[in-house]
Amino acid sequence: MDALLTGLSMALTPENLLYAVVGVLLGTAVGVLPGIGPAMTVALLLPVTYNVSPSAALIMFAGIYYGGMYGGSTTSILLNTPGESSSVITALEGNKMAKRGRAAQALATAAIGSFVAGTIGTILLVAVAPTVAEWVVVLGAPSYFALMLLALVAVTSVLGSSKLRGFSSLALGLAIGLVGTSTGQARLTFDNPLLADGIDIVVVAVAIFAVGEALWVAAHLRRRPLEIIPVGRPWMDRKDWRRSWAPWLRGTAYGFPFGALPAGGAELPTFLSYITERRLAGEHRAEFGKGAIEGVAGPEAANNASAAGTLVPLLAIGLPTTATAAVILAAMQSYGLQPGPQLFEAEPELVWTLLASLFVANTLLLVINLPLAPLWARLLRIPRPYLYAGILFFAVLGAYSVNFQRFDVLLLCLFGALGFAMRRFGLPVLPLIVGVILGPRLEEQLTQALQLSQGDVSALWSEPVAVIVYVVIAVLLLGPLVLRLIPGKQGPERLEDEVEELEEEVRS
Amino acid sequence: MTVVVGWTPDARGQAALLRAVHEAQVHDEPLLVVNASSGTAPVDDRFAGAAELAAIRALLDSHGVDAEVRQPVVRDVTDALLDITEEVDASMLVIGIRHRSAVGKLLMGSTAQRILLDARCPVLAVKA
Repeated sequence: MDALLTGLSMALTPENLLYAVVGVLLGTAVGVLPGIGPAMTVALLLPVTYNVSPSAALIMFAGIYYGGMYGGSTTSILLNTPGESSSVITALEGNKMAKRGRAAQALATAAIGSFVAGTIGTILLVAVAPTVAEWVVVLGAPSYFALMLLALVAVTSVLGSSKLRGFSSLALGLAIGLVGTSTGQARLTFDNPLLADGIDIVVVAVAIFAVGEALWVAAHLRRRPLEIIPVGRPWMDRKDWRRSWAPWLRGTAYGFPFGALPAGGAELPTFLSYITERRLAGEHRAEFGKGAIEGVAGPEAANNASAAGTLVPLLAIGLPTTATAAVILAAMQSYGLQPGPQLFEAEPELVWTLLASLFVANTLLLVINLPLAPLWARLLRIPRPYLYAGILFFAVLGAYSVNFQRFDVLLLCLFGALGFAMRRFGLPVLPLIVGVILGPRLEEQLTQALQLSQGDVSALWSEPVAVIVYVVIAVLLLGPLVLRLIPGKQGPERLEDEVEELEEEVRS
Repeated sequence: MTVVVGWTPDARGQAALLRAVHEAQVHDEPLLVVNASSGTAPVDDRFAGAAELAAIRALLDSHGVDAEVRQPVVRDVTDALLDITEEVDASMLVIGIRHRSAVGKLLMGSTAQRILLDARCPVLAVKA
């Protein structure tokens, strides 16, 4: 508690507060704009880590992460186009509410629900993360290796439409992570001295998220403009409050644990929250599909709580489970910070300032989102060419500023083309970026484990935690296959199919 | 021969549309309403939505004009309008104009000026 209060006093210093404000403003803006997300924004801002203090940069990034969740819901509700993947479910009921003239209430329950869930989620994060860190710190290299493997398998196979595509993307990421001579041998360097130090993560992240997305948008530049629903200042009456508070809390209960699991992300908990709210709606059951406020309140709370949840494995174990968390991890590494259990002991001031600033960011978000929602919606009128020209400019600047080498800009173009091709062929980018970041650390743990055991491979399953994790991995990989083999029982549907079914159901 | 009108769901477009309806009735010609967008922004206020379309449909029907509404998404709105006037061999093109500041014209160019100079048919410019 003392540590948190010290952190709060640090977070409220003018400099850190300024970065928090910049972060939440940027985060909301990119959340509102479809196609531009917090992961791209943090990737574009990675070069600022060269001259900004670690705590300020992390505060800004956390603000962007939280802000993206808020902004995405505005677009979902007013435009029926989710700004972020986590807001897909919100669009189901949110846009229906808006069409019935209840846009103000939908925005209000989304913003206040996000605040409630974000605050509870952050409290849970503060309570859980240090304990997890204490627990993890005693683990040896074999367990770490297993945990990282679990994170890789989970982000690859749980989310996304196709396991094959997921693992292809992961393989690409691990290959990019192999480049360099850090192990003493030259791997994939093509005898090019510029590749000897490996490929900088900034270049890869910026290329995949910013350049790839910009090329993709340029290829689909002209789309029929969408109709936006005009809205005033968000507000709710007593009845809306009564119908919203329970979904907020239930959404939080779904979001946080799912975010904290290595198979994080907001898609699954928002979906589950929606289903639950529909089942529990009682007298309002008939309103679902026509704009039920519960269907906005629950999923919105779930996606914010899951954002807080993903910070648990990120800070306590050093495992990123979402694209944004992966890029934040890259930022921490560029400061030479070792995310994971040691972080709480080595850098208590930094960690607690960051945690305290999450409360600050959450409050700021409520303040700027509730009255300013109509203003944020105006961002949707910016022609894409201006927006993406700016993004490409910053992308090239960022890649060049890494080493001041033209070679990095060349790599940027190369990986940008890869990012475009991945979008074209439906390969998810999350496994790639997690692979690039975790790959080298995975290898490090493996080397360490094998050195201690003098090359005895059985050391890898010599720790109980490692064994449990391997069992979980096996269940994750084989579970769906086994279920499909049981006659008369369909394997669990993919999340995307479920969401599509749900959308069709709601539309009809 | 057809009367073509460049229409946007605002005061300017409304003035142009009303005048175009009048011209179509006087000359007993069909009316073609063009509402184009470059489609580069997710939301374009000058691209009519369902409600606005329904409103002008009602207006056109109440005047008993034989009217068609087109909403093309094109690279250049001005070029599209000029192309359509040639395609339907328009007898007249009606547009709405407004005052623009010198800076605004410098930055964005003047759509009206380009239409006046490049159109192959007579252009009727209506002030909102």
